[in-house]
Amino acid sequence: MERDDIIEYSLDAGHSEEAGRIIRKKIIFVTILLSAITSAEVLLGVFWRSWMPGSWHWVKWTFIALTLVKATYIVMSFMHLGDERRNIRSIILLPYALFLLYLIFVAIWESNYIHETLKLFL
Amino acid sequence: MAGDASKTLSNEVLWGGGRSPFSVSYGKLMIWFFLVSDALTFSGLLVSYGFARHSLMPGMEWPVGEIVFNKFPGISGSAPLMYVALMTFILIISSVTMVLAVEAGHRMDKKGVVKWLFLTVIGGLFFVGSQAYEWSHFIHGSHARVTLADGRTAFLEENPEHGEAIDPATFAMTIGSTHSEEKVEGPEAYKLYQNAVHVTSGANMVENEYGPPSYANFFFFITGFHGFHVFSGVIINFIVLIMVIKGVFHRRGHYEMVEKAGLYWHFVDLVWVFVFTFFYLV
Repeated sequence: MERDDIIEYSLDAGHSEEAGRIIRKKIIFVTILLSAITSAEVLLGVFWRSWMPGSWHWVKWTFIALTLVKATYIVMSFMHLGDERRNIRSIILLPYALFLLYLIFVAIWESNYIHETLKLFL
Repeated sequence: MAGDASKTLSNEVLWGGGRSPFSVSYGKLMIWFFLVSDALTFSGLLVSYGFARHSLMPGMEWPVGEIVFNKFPGISGSAPLMYVALMTFILIISSVTMVLAVEAGHRMDKKGVVKWLFLTVIGGLFFVGSQAYEWSHFIHGSHARVTLADGRTAFLEENPEHGEAIDPATFAMTIGSTHSEEKVEGPEAYKLYQNAVHVTSGANMVENEYGPPSYANFFFFITGFHGFHVFSGVIINFIVLIMVIKGVFHRRGHYEMVEKAGLYWHFVDLVWVFVFTFFYLV
């Protein structure tokens, strides 16, 4: 029996040729950006030590920042989360961010403590 | 289900509207929930990797990515990170072909979906093969770590178990860490090597030439778990590809299945971005 009270959201997902052309342009832009960031990361990793020895600490933070930029583009553009409604974006990202930030905080705090304690046995 | 369909529901139950508050289908919402739980699993693994690395025994050193992963197939010299950069690039490109397949599906362009989905499967297979090469290189190793009779640690550029017999005149080893190196050459070094307590080459679950045992264990577990995701993603994409070719989704009126498989595939790419940063770069 066919139900008439269900809205088929999947049928609304289509778009026209015109809209497709704009979307493809955006995909190409994101592709170039992601490739450029990856190349920059590899070059930094290989050459930084010989260019500016002693500042490895800053490179690590650069890597992490660039990775987060890449992740944002993949999730928001490729996975189309940026095009979804705001409430679905929130129920996906907020619980995840809450758990993860807490986990990172706990792990850094505890591992620092363990490292300092192990120094006593040297 | 007929009873449910004919029942009148109050506005309150429907969250004040006549439709889903998310404006997405059931399947898409559920794949997002699955991805959140999978993302938490991977985050847990990467955070515990960071924990092991950060709480490392003072005096020990965590291995450096450019030194461990410096081989490229067909090139005999050192090519630090080049192969893994290529792998990353292939996976990003296969993510792009996937998003193009989804876009073609939105226009009901069956030929386009088949073309882009096929390229995605090829990219995925290339990535799985590359990972097998990385593992092989990692397990066999190219250097050796020697524990000398006096307890100090030394490094050899070549694995002494590979290749031809050792010539004591040209034998050389580096004693100590990267901060305080001491180079020993010739017969003197060879004598130290002969009296060594232990020689480690390559990697297994117990010990490895690169550094602490947990380094190899995390490498095997995290890249292995990710490789398993890539493998299952390739199979899912392949099944969807066959269904597209048979026209299942065209008859259904929408290509949402391509979109859902695509979400999983992008997620695999997303995880690799982080694995790449934390295992190879940082």
